Amino acid sequence: MTIGSNPEALLEGRNLYCERDERVLFEQLSFSVQGGQLLQVKGSNGSGKTTLLRILCGLNDSFEGELYFQGQLIEEQRDQYLASLLYIGHRSGVSRILSPRENLRWSGALHYPIADADIDDALAEVGLRGYEDVPCHNLSAGQQQRVSLARLLIGRAVLWILDEPFTTLDVHAVAQLEVRLAHHVKNGGAVLVTTHHDLKVDCRHDVLDLDASRVRSSV
Amino acid sequence: MTDKSPVSVADTQTLTSLGKAFRSTLSRDLLIAFKRRNDILNPVMFFLIVVSLFPLGVSPDPQQLSVIAAGVIWVSALLASMLSLDNLFRADYEDGSLEQLLLSPQPLYFMVLAKNISHWLVSGLPVVLLSPVLAYMLYLPSEAYGTLFISLLIGTPVLSLFGSIGVALTVGLGSRGLILAVIVLPLTTPVLIVGAKAVADVSFGLPVGTHFAILGAMLALALTIAPLASAAALKISVN
Repeated sequence: MTIGSNPEALLEGRNLYCERDERVLFEQLSFSVQGGQLLQVKGSNGSGKTTLLRILCGLNDSFEGELYFQGQLIEEQRDQYLASLLYIGHRSGVSRILSPRENLRWSGALHYPIADADIDDALAEVGLRGYEDVPCHNLSAGQQQRVSLARLLIGRAVLWILDEPFTTLDVHAVAQLEVRLAHHVKNGGAVLVTTHHDLKVDCRHDVLDLDASRVRSSV
Repeated sequence: MTDKSPVSVADTQTLTSLGKAFRSTLSRDLLIAFKRRNDILNPVMFFLIVVSLFPLGVSPDPQQLSVIAAGVIWVSALLASMLSLDNLFRADYEDGSLEQLLLSPQPLYFMVLAKNISHWLVSGLPVVLLSPVLAYMLYLPSEAYGTLFISLLIGTPVLSLFGSIGVALTVGLGSRGLILAVIVLPLTTPVLIVGAKAVADVSFGLPVGTHFAILGAMLALALTIAPLASAAALKISVN
């Protein structure tokens, strides 16, 4: 367990403690992730992976411990942190009534100005060319997930927090997403991801095992 | 694979401006409303039906109807507003868009305000515009038309804004039952009382300036605090 601040780290959690329904999910959990690193959060069902990611995003505040972004407490610089963060959760954030293009236009515009041409490029890259104007309720679950993942292509966030991004994706899309994650990490970005699937990425790849509550490197 | 410039820690200068993000959220909600116009028209139809049932249920006598007209229209507007509140955050909560909104680097006050304005344009404004027709049907004295219209114009945004707090608090609950009404009605009944009283008073030839001043004060209060309260409640609901 690391004690003391790590100015190199993009995101650092220290002595995190969380319990739910009187059951301790994790305690004295410390970890850090820096630019150029992918941290895979592992753990059995119900071990608190999603809860941990939601805590890191600030969507869940029922925890104890400190969170640092670039060596500074997150609550002291929340706007800066949110501007650097891209979160994709279990709920895809894709409105089923709107088309993929309309969805991305809005979720993109919440962060950075984005041109329609870039949105169409991103949709083409995730394999949704020709579906730009189809209402999302006519798309399959996997295609809706792809709309959500297209946000990775149009965003400029340095820190990606992805909760089970591989579910519902087909083999080809899984491989494509792995390449995309490695690409982001090599460009200096950081990725925190939960998945049960055997992640094959060509970049620095560490594992945070919540069942063991400690970090061990796999590279 | 497109090659973008290497990522770095966000430069807050290049973020979308607040005005653009506000317009984007507003136009998104209006677009969703337009695409779901059947759902959206329900509250307006409800308003029309309730008001038009009174001449059948109470009495078609113009004198009796003109006495209750102001109250009936205002109560129906209040109920129609409550019926439409679910459209405000529910779908966004279920599909995860709400989380994206909460995680955007934009001030939540303005994002919630944009959603409130869209909600009022879709569910409140039609009620205001239809009110003179219904007033004619209920034999409201003609000198009260203007007062009814203006009181609804000032009052219905307050109903949307205060209602939004209640929806934000309850959006995460599975079965809400009457809890929304229990939270929202104490906040919105003062609007009903003052609004209906203004219309009734003007029918008797009394001055109504005070009523408008009170309604205006309520609107100012709602505009300042309701989006903040809704934003805080949304954070609790997604927790």
